[in-house]
Amino acid sequence: MGPYSIFPERASAGAGQVDTLYMFLLVVGIGMTALIFGCVFFFAIKYRRKSDSERPKRIDGSLPLEIAWSVGPFLVMLVMFGWGTKLYFENYSPPHKDTLDIYVTGKQWMWKVQYPNGRREINELHVPVGRAVKLILASEDAIHSFFVPAFRLKHDAVPGSYQTYWFEPTKPGRYHIFCAEYCGTNHSRMTGWVTVMDPTEYQTWLAGGSAGGSMAAQGEKLFQQYGCVSCHVTDAQGRCPSLRNVFGHPVVLEDGRTMIADEAYVRESILNPNAKIVKGYHRDVMPVFQGQLGEEDLLKLIVYLKSLSTPVPAAPGRTSP
Amino acid sequence: MSATLQPNLPHIGEKINYLNADYGWKSWLLTTDHKRIALLYLFSITAFFFVGGAFAVAMRVNLLFPNGLFDNDTYNKLFTMHGIIMVFFFLVPSIPATLGNFLIPMMIGSRDLAFPRINLLSWYIYIVGGIFTMTAVVRGGVDTGWTFYAPFSTTYSNTHVILAAMGVFVSGFSSILTGLNFIVTVHKMRCPGMTWSRLPLFVWGHYATSLIQVLGTPVIAITLVLLALERLLHAGIFDPNLGGDPILFQHLFWFYSHPAVYIMILPGMAVISELVACYSRKRIFGYAFVAFSSLGIAVLSFVVWGHHLFVSGQSMYASIVFSFMSMAVAVPSAIKVFNWTATMYRGSISWDTPMLYAFGFIGLFTIGGLTGLFLATMAIDVHVTDTYFVIAHFHYVMVGGMVMAYMGGLHFWFPKITGRLYPEGWAKFAALVIFVGFNLTFFPQFILGYLGMPRRYATYVEEFHALNVMSTAGASILGLGYLIPMIYLGWAWKNGPVSLQNPWKAKGLEWEQSPTPPPTFNFDRPPIVTEPAYNYSGEQEEVPLG
Repeated sequence: MGPYSIFPERASAGAGQVDTLYMFLLVVGIGMTALIFGCVFFFAIKYRRKSDSERPKRIDGSLPLEIAWSVGPFLVMLVMFGWGTKLYFENYSPPHKDTLDIYVTGKQWMWKVQYPNGRREINELHVPVGRAVKLILASEDAIHSFFVPAFRLKHDAVPGSYQTYWFEPTKPGRYHIFCAEYCGTNHSRMTGWVTVMDPTEYQTWLAGGSAGGSMAAQGEKLFQQYGCVSCHVTDAQGRCPSLRNVFGHPVVLEDGRTMIADEAYVRESILNPNAKIVKGYHRDVMPVFQGQLGEEDLLKLIVYLKSLSTPVPAAPGRTSP
Repeated sequence: MSATLQPNLPHIGEKINYLNADYGWKSWLLTTDHKRIALLYLFSITAFFFVGGAFAVAMRVNLLFPNGLFDNDTYNKLFTMHGIIMVFFFLVPSIPATLGNFLIPMMIGSRDLAFPRINLLSWYIYIVGGIFTMTAVVRGGVDTGWTFYAPFSTTYSNTHVILAAMGVFVSGFSSILTGLNFIVTVHKMRCPGMTWSRLPLFVWGHYATSLIQVLGTPVIAITLVLLALERLLHAGIFDPNLGGDPILFQHLFWFYSHPAVYIMILPGMAVISELVACYSRKRIFGYAFVAFSSLGIAVLSFVVWGHHLFVSGQSMYASIVFSFMSMAVAVPSAIKVFNWTATMYRGSISWDTPMLYAFGFIGLFTIGGLTGLFLATMAIDVHVTDTYFVIAHFHYVMVGGMVMAYMGGLHFWFPKITGRLYPEGWAKFAALVIFVGFNLTFFPQFILGYLGMPRRYATYVEEFHALNVMSTAGASILGLGYLIPMIYLGWAWKNGPVSLQNPWKAKGLEWEQSPTPPPTFNFDRPPIVTEPAYNYSGEQEEVPLG
């Protein structure tokens, strides 16, 4: 992309598709603008007032014309709507293949990135080319928005929930990360880089810095430190459910509803255990952890719980509420 | 000529009109004359426009440099105050409170609005709101963005959020009262013969606007109260740490603030209908379609707010519905643009200044509207939302559309308001400067946005430099363009040549049956309407019997 290009770099499978749709809209938009400007100036010149006594003939309107210029734009609009919705769907439904999960936490004013093997970075994200990557976005404070123009994607990191963002990088290189939702003083400095790497290089890079153990191992430590381990390992006492094979599996709640224990569910159950009680268990047994745990530690616990479960195929639907 | 047979009227000095009927500050500050109140509004919103504009100039100066000129906090306050002042204290009241206030009673043949004292009250409420917000500015400003998004505004901002929000809250009531006044006036105060199908499209547009004002504004009031409760008392409505939901704020905020966009643009469209008809000397093509498209826009405007939340975690299925509804708004908007264009067909088109603004409006609003379709297309919105593409889009609608219409209307009715003519040469020159400056400012921002420059950035990466310099260059031309009319209109108010009653040979009660400038009660004898609106070709309407 040269310095005069109107397109940012294309580094994901979806970027080219968004650009094609954009080109279609540009053609429609420029065509319509030219038509209107053209008519306005053509009429303005052709019918320019030559004498003050001119009395143009009365024209009240035309029903066929009104119908034409209502239905015509409506049909073009349907194409835009259908096309745009299809792409949006594709980009927002998780991929069917296995994803590489990376955990991103927005915090005034930086992006903290955690990899499952325990490697951590700030304002840098490394991903291998050709692999579907799923980011789990969290926020410690205000709303942030994770934006990579080269992928044509952004998604808000909303405090109190997990949002997902996935993409498939197709081209090695370094691309901008911007925070796109205003979040205070250094909003414009909350930027960073995505580095898309060759897969073998990526493995080497990933192995290079996970001194503190994997996220799951760190999560296990927290699991002990906060005393979760005393109840949640076996359900021998019948007070709390064992957490083995819970993550990603359906749970039945006391009101009879069935939910998938996804990231958002587990998050809520840690911070505010009384929000959803599993059938057969009691309220007010587990302490409330709201305000006790930072987002990054929460994510470690979640990864640990994931590791306690047999893997399930990529679940359809989103992890956000 | 019959005139020669009449004796000359004795010279009794200037005719009594609403401007010279009474003097002294009390006669202005306690007036219930809708025309004087319109002028109170005119001077107040002009002051706010230049304050808001000064913030914009400072922003553009900051953005000349990738690393900024001011510190980030200062820049964040600049764009916040620019947004709050321009949206709530200029754009929302602009045309309705000035031209609408001045003209609606005259256009329907009434002595005043239905509730003259409420009309004055609404100006005072507006001023009180303005004082709150300006106090926030003077005491150090606000940095939340005009959107006040939670939880940043409720928990993390250390600036005068409540004071600024109070200003917006208070001024909202002024907007509600104006809307209410217009609705009742249009229903109850029309003169004999002024049927609904003979109403000028200016009145139809304001009627639709008023409906949105009355129905939408209470929601922003509620939202801002909740925001204050959250900030002061930690009520737990929006902040997730207190059990609230930050997305709820966005739903509530945009439930008003998207319809508010139409509060700002519908009166602009209302003005353009008058200008195009007068300067083409033609009845508006498809009168009924233009009139009802205003109502169509007003109704649809309430079901599109979710298009601001495509990337915020809103349900995918909700997003699809909002995308569709947002595109549907394009249909009534397109109907208007096509009908104005068709009105010019076989007209007698004058290139007077107001019509130049109308040309500008039609073209720039078309661009603003079409780029709205880009944003309603979800896959594109995901890339361009919260970037300069959005900034460019809504400035094409708000400045390229609405402010163009306001300037056009101000010139068109300037003789009516002041009794004097403005200098045509200067006016044409200024219109050209504004058009060029506007496009140079905002067109590069579409490109910047697609390239990925986020909005509300005090600093930016090097590759966005050239386009930002272009934009700032354009802004300096645009700023100059707005100063020129200030000067010559101010001059012409006192020194311009005296205008005839109907200098443009326009149709409509305000020109044909009311003296220029009008007397306090608008008409010398009770007006009566015997022909359809815009009867420029002078043909008689067929009157159905019975």
